[in-house]
Amino acid sequence: MLYAKTAHELHDRIRKKEVTAVEVVESVYQRIHAVDPKVNAYVTLAEEAALETARQVDAKLAKGEELPALAGIPVAVKDVLSTTGIRTTCSSKMLENYVPVYDASVVIKLKDQEMPVLGKTNMDEFAMGSSTENSAFGVTRNPWNVEMVPGGSSGGSAAAVSAGEAILALGTDTGGSIRQPAAYCGIVGLKPTYGRVSRYGLIAYASSLDQVGPMTKDVADCALLMQAIAGYDPKDTTSVDYPVPDYLHEMKMPIKGMRIGLAEEYLGEGISAPVRAAVDNAVRVYQDLGATIVPVSLPHTQYALAAYYIIAPAEASSNLARYDGVRYGFRTPEAVADSVEMFMKTRAAGFGAEVKRRIMVGTYALSSGYYDAYYKKAQQVRTLIREDFNQAFTQCDVILTPTTPSVAFPLGAKTEDPLEMYLQDICTITCNLAGIPGISVPAGFDRGLPIGIQLMGPAFKEEVLLRAAWHFEQATDFHKQRPNL
Amino acid sequence: MSLTRAEVEHVARLARLQLTEEECEAFTLQLNDILKFVEQLNALNTEGIEPTAHAIPVANVFRPDQVCPSMDPESALANAPDRVNYYFRVPKVLEGDES
Repeated sequence: MLYAKTAHELHDRIRKKEVTAVEVVESVYQRIHAVDPKVNAYVTLAEEAALETARQVDAKLAKGEELPALAGIPVAVKDVLSTTGIRTTCSSKMLENYVPVYDASVVIKLKDQEMPVLGKTNMDEFAMGSSTENSAFGVTRNPWNVEMVPGGSSGGSAAAVSAGEAILALGTDTGGSIRQPAAYCGIVGLKPTYGRVSRYGLIAYASSLDQVGPMTKDVADCALLMQAIAGYDPKDTTSVDYPVPDYLHEMKMPIKGMRIGLAEEYLGEGISAPVRAAVDNAVRVYQDLGATIVPVSLPHTQYALAAYYIIAPAEASSNLARYDGVRYGFRTPEAVADSVEMFMKTRAAGFGAEVKRRIMVGTYALSSGYYDAYYKKAQQVRTLIREDFNQAFTQCDVILTPTTPSVAFPLGAKTEDPLEMYLQDICTITCNLAGIPGISVPAGFDRGLPIGIQLMGPAFKEEVLLRAAWHFEQATDFHKQRPNL
Repeated sequence: MSLTRAEVEHVARLARLQLTEEECEAFTLQLNDILKFVEQLNALNTEGIEPTAHAIPVANVFRPDQVCPSMDPESALANAPDRVNYYFRVPKVLEGDES
């Protein structure tokens, strides 16, 4: 089935005229119509526009024109990225009917690649969550076991790729929101270095942490999509003008002698036995491949979660102040005495509980008298965490950790206690605080549910991560498993 | 640092969030749990440590002082909940009889 193929497989078959772009898109939509009523990966579909893009690709191919590497390969886009003319909701009632008048820079890059955009995927509201249960448009289910969460906040994108409802997808990651759902759904997910990919048009959650990244079936597809989206963007003042390497080429360079750091701080009591076993197995695979394992220490790891749950809500409280019912989005239909009452009722009705909770935490942390005790303190801890990594990377090339403490949990299992949900991020959060890249790759199974391992690398060294990930993938076959949906 | 119900209401007002009675109750408990959790940062001595506002050193990003096209008014108003010509209409902002 075409929907089950990777982008690089389809690239070859399209070029050899074995299949048309339209056939690929039709195959994926057939799959979407068959399984999405169960999975609920998508909030909005864009079938007509996607088929039109595919037709244009086929027309150009027929004329023998040169096409970009990913031309004709259908992609899903997390509903936090602005797409002209396609409703963009952030899975929130606040933006239920919001239709952007401009494209995010990464979306423009997908269009430059002539990729059919399949639709917008479900997420935790405003990217706040680790299970996609905080969506105003229903939960997304894990294709490996539909009673389980797909992870979050990019749960829709992860489930779509895993279930064959998209060949590849874009997600976003602020505390682990690409890597954790990738691990839970048995796919590859990469959070780039902060500043590597443009945030223009990415609806902001925490501006110093957010990044857009690829979510794919294998590492080669990840390299292909990274190649398409990485690069300087003058429209994003936090975008860094740093050369983009040839990821596909760098990925295949030899791995012999690569120093793989192992930090005990990521392998403590909270990590389940099967996940620990997957990491141990990965260590053996890497040793067989000729890499060296180097023990490293990241002493401030235990403080990362606390620092994040001050910094991210603080930035969110500022970023979400714009949702006031004035210029776009939901406005309360109730009668109000003045604009302040309009703001209060609009925001009360438009936001879900987790979003309100984080706005409250952030507002408190930044309020007069508390700024030093909370926000400034957390930013100082952030410096210590960055320095931990700078020190570690003098001794190793990448650091290997679990992506998550355990595998996907049942829907509803962790919604009672917010803190229990936050603990799902302990392995992923440090990358965002330090601004460094991290990738999750399939590395095992526990009772039929996927396990991911994470590799973290120095800033702007995504090619080293892809290399380490690709060689691991070539030596294993976890990434070849597909859910029985 | 324990949050009182009054402080929760104050923060909600700052954040322009109208909370129900149940939400106030629930948030007072949950916010206290979260704040207790993050208080572990006080165990760290951060004397003299520079705060990190941005992980990647990017500063003073400018563009040339040239006139560039802006968004046209129709696009800017395209998602307006309530518009009159080229204005967003809102309930009155000023209090009392200032107008």
